[in-house]
Amino acid sequence: MLIVGELFNTSRKIILENVEKRNAEYIRDIAKRQAEAGADYLDVNCGDMLDKEVDAMKWLIENIQAVVDVPLCIDTPNPAAMEVGLSLAKNGQPLVNSITGEEERYNAILPLVIKYKAKIVALPIDEQGIPQTAEGRLRVTRQLVKKLTEAGMPADDIYMDLLVQPIATGDRAGLELLHAIRLVKQEFPEVHLISGLSNISYGLPNRRILNRIFMLQTLTMGMDAYILDPLDKAMMGYLYAAQALLARDPFCGKYLAAHRKGLYQS
Amino acid sequence: MTLYEELQESVIMGQEDKVKEIVNGLLDKGSKPREVISEGLVGGMTVVGAKFKTGEMFIPEVIASATAMTKGLKILKPLIVGEELSTISAGKVVLGTVQGDIHYIGKKLVGMIMESGGFTVVDIGVDVPPDKFIEATEREQPDILGLSGLLTTTIPRMKDVVEALKRSNLRDKVRVMVGGAPVSQDFADSIGADAYAPNAVSAVDKARQLMGQS
Repeated sequence: MLIVGELFNTSRKIILENVEKRNAEYIRDIAKRQAEAGADYLDVNCGDMLDKEVDAMKWLIENIQAVVDVPLCIDTPNPAAMEVGLSLAKNGQPLVNSITGEEERYNAILPLVIKYKAKIVALPIDEQGIPQTAEGRLRVTRQLVKKLTEAGMPADDIYMDLLVQPIATGDRAGLELLHAIRLVKQEFPEVHLISGLSNISYGLPNRRILNRIFMLQTLTMGMDAYILDPLDKAMMGYLYAAQALLARDPFCGKYLAAHRKGLYQS
Repeated sequence: MTLYEELQESVIMGQEDKVKEIVNGLLDKGSKPREVISEGLVGGMTVVGAKFKTGEMFIPEVIASATAMTKGLKILKPLIVGEELSTISAGKVVLGTVQGDIHYIGKKLVGMIMESGGFTVVDIGVDVPPDKFIEATEREQPDILGLSGLLTTTIPRMKDVVEALKRSNLRDKVRVMVGGAPVSQDFADSIGADAYAPNAVSAVDKARQLMGQS
């Protein structure tokens, strides 16, 4: 299980404010808290700051690495910002979010991933766009995994994000994803499967509930990595319990550690 | 309840079959197709739009209503002939996602809700280069050009489209509306767009405003 702490995203108002004001204390505190809560990676996303993205990313990384040694997930569609982030990430093996099968994007990002020996989040999107069905996702996953492994990437470094669409705009969105997980897992057992936990509930009320249940459904089908808010105690509590129930927690070790840390107390 | 009120109610409740039933019933009684559209169908969608804005209704319900409404429109439109057709249209909109971007759900939603708001919508797809937007503008002669984008790296292409319209002497022939998660009013202003809307329902309101100005 790989947990990526999602909080350093400048599309979140409070993060944007503190990044713009260069409030190091706040950022360092959030970095520590995410790491303590169990994040294996910290996502860094300043994408919506446009031409201020690179400077913001530098500053964020500097401050995060001053207080935690958890590796980073460099989250940007901009290759220039990605190179800066990767060159500054000094702990462990960085994770890059993300690459697709679209030629231009693939060619711009792959060299960086290889150069910095990063793990990669890969989206099964090609020139034909976003696949609508489970079979479509499998098809593009095949092409992408083949290209990546032929370029020298170990399957263990590949995290497929099979594209979560909101159920609000398509009844079958959740189900197609569950089918896709099953198909991809069958054919590529060593490739990891990752997802964020908020797209699914976009446009509906009580999003927290939908997000949690979605985590449980995908986990059961074989997903093994999430980009989430590690400070959401209920979500983390469900995650540890569910893993123990799925025989992914030897001797219920992580579940009991979480219990002792008070995770299950309200 | 009058039949028009029942029709509005069926649109609001997203009841496709009932919408079709009442539309046909009204036509049998001799009601004018234009009136059925404006009083019954568009009337219903206006209530839906208002309820969406206050948070009483949610996206899937808006889609259900728009779908039901469009089924009613399908029966009525063929009965309105010739120039009369353009008078019932609230306006013509060409929609596309900008070059380098393949996101389409938001655009699809905007199109659906605009259609149910009485607009004629031509969706030219995703990953659309500026010259294809120009081509579509020349061919379709829309009132509004809607640009959609979900990636921060590609929304600058929206400016390219505005510049291309200027170079082709089409800028004053069409109103440009932009939308998508990374888009903002500031961004819209900075690229010289005429309007920005944060969601599909307010996009229809904005579109009506733009039409009112012409």
